[in-house]
Amino acid sequence: MSRRPYVRDLSKTGWWLNQPRYVRYMAREISALFVGIYVLILMAGLLGLSQGEVAYEDFLETAEGPVGLIFAIIAMTFAVYHTYTWFQVTPKAMPLMIGSKRVPGPFIVAAHWFGFVVVSVALWLLAGSQT
Amino acid sequence: MSERTIDLEVLRYDPEQDDAPHFQTYRVPYREDWVVLDAINYVKDELDRTLSYRWSCHMAVCGSCGMLINGEPALSCHTFLRDYPDKIRIEPLQNFPIERDLVVVMDDFIDKLGSVKPYVVPKEEKDIDDGEYLQTPAELARFKQYTACINCLLCYSACPQYALNDRFVGPAALALAHRYNLDSRDVGRSARDDVVASNPGIWECSFVGACSEVCPKEVDPAAAIQQMKIASTADYFMRFLMPWKRK
Repeated sequence: MSRRPYVRDLSKTGWWLNQPRYVRYMAREISALFVGIYVLILMAGLLGLSQGEVAYEDFLETAEGPVGLIFAIIAMTFAVYHTYTWFQVTPKAMPLMIGSKRVPGPFIVAAHWFGFVVVSVALWLLAGSQT
Repeated sequence: MSERTIDLEVLRYDPEQDDAPHFQTYRVPYREDWVVLDAINYVKDELDRTLSYRWSCHMAVCGSCGMLINGEPALSCHTFLRDYPDKIRIEPLQNFPIERDLVVVMDDFIDKLGSVKPYVVPKEEKDIDDGEYLQTPAELARFKQYTACINCLLCYSACPQYALNDRFVGPAALALAHRYNLDSRDVGRSARDDVVASNPGIWECSFVGACSEVCPKEVDPAAAIQQMKIASTADYFMRFLMPWKRK
């Protein structure tokens, strides 16, 4: 009897398309791209700021135009999704034990959301007080 | 009233006859208390003796009967017919070569499992007469979930990183490495790191998390790998902060 194991083909590009959990994974990974592009836009804004008022006003005009706004909304959606997926996995990466008992995952996730809200509100108030 | 039946579409491959696998459909009786493995055993006993597959315990302990059931890696002894429609597709585990029918070649996993030293490496060998290596319940609780692994390979079958790069050490072997690294009786972590903290080790994982979703024993290999990434990153920075502690 001879051995002749059969190796099945795998599409190097389309492997994630027919399994919902792989699609969710790819959506999570792609969200980083939008967050990255938004960071580049912010840096362009900083550059404009360093070049003087005219350059900064130009940046603001572009950023607040329809294309800038639509992109901001898309980037915001992906950033929220990215944050959600990131917080969801924190109990796996940072399991907490009190004695020999494990802190339940939802507590760790909730603690992250709490921190997120506190920091966001603090930044909002801080930014608001500057204008 | 005619008796309800289920159609099993089973992927068949005979290395002596076939150039490629093909599906063959078997009609089996439906029983409320049958799992998929019972239906496959019915095929073997009553319809087609040539069908090859692995199984042993029929109680989710031996880890032999993993298959793709409607595309999802699952233990066939742990998957009830009643949770499926009247047609069920059964294939061998994904990401492994097919030896014959539902039997896969698992040599790659066995080699990788050995490479992570999945056993306690004690600080100093004790004589049997000197008694056990003692451990408190709290020390046990740190790693207990990772001891539940039954090497069923569902996690490898679900892992797209392993599918795309078979050099990846993979979920179960890494989870077991973590299990021994966390064990208070073990000092083998640095010896394991050559394999574990390498590119084809933990750093090949991109945290898809599919391994943990399909694990029938709630081992959570994805969690083990992320925790080792954090520990390995801490090691990297500690080498700069405290060079005299270099191992």
